[in-house]
Amino acid sequence: MSLLTVADLTVAYRSPRSAAAGVVPPAVDGVSFHVDAGETLGLVGESGCGKSTIALAIARSLPPTARVSGRINLGGTDVATLAGASLRQWWRSDFAMVYQEPQSALNPTMRVGAQIAEVLRVKGLDRQAADREAISLLERVAMADPAAIARRYPHQISGGQQQRVVIAMALAIRPQLLVLDEPTTGLDATVEREILQLIADLRAELSAAVLFITHDLGLVERMCERVAVLQAGQIKEHGPVANVLVAPTHEYTRELLACAIPPGRTKHNDAVLRAAVPEIEHVPTAAGSPLLEVSNVVKHYGAVVASDGVRLRIDAGQVVGLVGESGSGKTTLGRIITGLTVPDEGEIRLRGEVIATDLARRRSAVRRSIQMVFQSPDSTLNPRHRVRDVLKRALLKLGGSRTVEQLAASCRLDAQQLGQLTSTLSGGQKQRVAIARAIAGDAALVVCDEPVSALDVSVQATILRLLVELQEHRDVALLFVSHDLAVVRYLSDRIAVMYAGRIVEEGPTEAVLAGPHHPYTAELLAASDHRAMDTGSRPVFSAGGGTARSAGERIGCVFADRCPQRIEGLCATTAPPVRHLDTGLRIECHLDLGPDIDDEVAGEAARI
Amino acid sequence: MIGLRAARDPSRRRVTLVIAVTVLAVWIASALFAGLLAPFSPSAQLPRLKFADPSVHHLFGTDGFGRDVFSRVIAGARPVLTIAPLAVLLATVAGTVLGLITGYFGGLTDSIAMKILQSFAILPPLFPAVLAVALLGRSTTVLVVVLGFAFTPLITWTVRSATLVEREKQFVEAARLRGESTAYILGREILPNIAGSIIVESTVRLADAVFSIATLAFIGLGAAPGSPDWGAQVADNRVNLQFAWWTVLFPAVAVASLVISVSLLADVIRERRSA
Repeated sequence: MSLLTVADLTVAYRSPRSAAAGVVPPAVDGVSFHVDAGETLGLVGESGCGKSTIALAIARSLPPTARVSGRINLGGTDVATLAGASLRQWWRSDFAMVYQEPQSALNPTMRVGAQIAEVLRVKGLDRQAADREAISLLERVAMADPAAIARRYPHQISGGQQQRVVIAMALAIRPQLLVLDEPTTGLDATVEREILQLIADLRAELSAAVLFITHDLGLVERMCERVAVLQAGQIKEHGPVANVLVAPTHEYTRELLACAIPPGRTKHNDAVLRAAVPEIEHVPTAAGSPLLEVSNVVKHYGAVVASDGVRLRIDAGQVVGLVGESGSGKTTLGRIITGLTVPDEGEIRLRGEVIATDLARRRSAVRRSIQMVFQSPDSTLNPRHRVRDVLKRALLKLGGSRTVEQLAASCRLDAQQLGQLTSTLSGGQKQRVAIARAIAGDAALVVCDEPVSALDVSVQATILRLLVELQEHRDVALLFVSHDLAVVRYLSDRIAVMYAGRIVEEGPTEAVLAGPHHPYTAELLAASDHRAMDTGSRPVFSAGGGTARSAGERIGCVFADRCPQRIEGLCATTAPPVRHLDTGLRIECHLDLGPDIDDEVAGEAARI
Repeated sequence: MIGLRAARDPSRRRVTLVIAVTVLAVWIASALFAGLLAPFSPSAQLPRLKFADPSVHHLFGTDGFGRDVFSRVIAGARPVLTIAPLAVLLATVAGTVLGLITGYFGGLTDSIAMKILQSFAILPPLFPAVLAVALLGRSTTVLVVVLGFAFTPLITWTVRSATLVEREKQFVEAARLRGESTAYILGREILPNIAGSIIVESTVRLADAVFSIATLAFIGLGAAPGSPDWGAQVADNRVNLQFAWWTVLFPAVAVASLVISVSLLADVIRERRSA
């Protein structure tokens, strides 16, 4: 007997605009599945496939415009018929949900301990018992110093810690059914791994049915026993994870799997890309002729150091991946290169010539040479402009010689989309327009700031392939900023790893992946490897949270506080040496990473 | 309040819109065709018919000079519907330009401009108007300029807040990377995205302006006493309220209906935009 049984669930939203409500296709269309106690069912699909609607239907939290039919049975209770007091009773005893954005699930005006205690008091505990239990719950979600965290407000803790608090609240309910709706989307890779580990640990002791909603097949593989693949409101395939992901029977599952960029795939061995675009044999263009050199760039935001003496070199036609977690300063560095952010100190050279750091002071030829693709598809284009106008303007101002139609075609935009307002485009289409806008002229360098992080997996792959294609055809260099090492390794020729405003490691992609690693790079690599999950032990929780740090306090290595291989008495007090290894790696670390190449060669091979 | 409730239900919102537009259309028609619609001249005195009750011949009755109140109420639409829209237009243009510039540039320009605007905001809204009319005398031009001036800070405020949001958008940064001029960024990138807020704000100010004109006339600083201005009519006849209520009620209702219909229109526009 399954704990949760959903039978023939159909949800249609009544459109306020159209009078003919029957015409609107249902968001969820005859979906049936079941989850046993202690089991985790993965619900995967792209945005808009109806997976969150299913969660809301089970939670009985759909808006009044939704029309629901079908049966939802949890442990013998017919959820669909609950109302009033019995629904509230069910909510406080049987059901818990963890949302994508923890900050929207927490009350910003209440201390987090009090929020957890509130749940416990609703369940009947008295005030003291609830407060004590809240702290022990915080301890169980692996919070260092739970008593101190309990006294903080949500905005005073990091995103990962907020999600732990939400999970603690879910635990307080001791639910029969736990729904996790993209619980780690938006968290840094290292934090994501910790949260997933926590969920895996707690699942075993809760013996609840878990519904895990995600767009990420990699997460399903790690977290779930069974998986249901959802497309356009219908379950296309359903079965044990091992069967579905290894030998998918449905065409759509195969497409999803093909779209995802698996670990280890790069632009050199991507069959889908190479079928469309044969790889151009790259003749190394005049070795030692850098396109862009950044040296000693410093940027403080008040007391926070975003950039702390950064050096970076990008050669013509090269893709440099810049990775690091949020707050590491990678976006700031990208913006400094474009001139949108003016550094406090430092120098930027374009083709050997020093250029103004302030965009307003740059000559138009320099400005045209460095363009940018932004992160958020929803803010990157003016919603009041039409695609044609966006491209026409970019061609005019950036001195492009192509027609709007040619430019659109080169970025795989249909001619009919040219007349549309940009606000009517999908996320992927918006990013295509944004890319077309950036390459309308003769940009030599395009800074791409997390251009695919807000897109669906399948769309991500097509946008990455488009970037590679354009970069190779037009011989444009890319600085690809991302928190996702899998994405960076796919298209980068070189990788720079940033932590707390320092580039701690830099080198050719293969060398960075092969090692020896800076301890932070090692952590990133472990977090990005989907199979590196070790379900036995609890990971080291980084109590520090974010990586932003205050000015004027660094004497040793920036990573010393968090480093598992820290050398006591050295790392925290002495700045690490810059090591040049024979693989072309440049690493700032005290650890023994093998022999440095001798100084003479180092001088030559040192990238800057 | 009415607008809020209307917002929940689209069909009720439609009813609100129809009522507001109808009332507004009646007053616009009155302003344009007062001569055709009014049965009498607003200043024609019928000495034998002082304080006549409302009747078929004199729908709204007559006042103490034997003037037809219905005709005077119709005639009163023109001054108000000339001055209020012109004043709001002036305030909208000035406020939009100021708001765009202060919001986009921020920094010192913004601080100085905001301090000046705040120093006006601490005064009662009609105080500068009263002062100006007292000094410059009353004329349509003075009223338009004075009211336009009085409403400029509020519109600047709205435009500035909206601009502060828009200037952070990535399409504005993309425009800067393209080398667009500030004028282009303000006019073509930002303005189209905040036009809706400006329209809502201006409509709200239009209702405000109608009320302010009536208030100024009531305290004797707008239209001349004896003219068929609604505020002046209420002021002139308030002593007669106890025995000739119609001389006060109808011009007052005229002011109220115009203010409310414009406010409802503003609500509907606001709800449409957020829906």
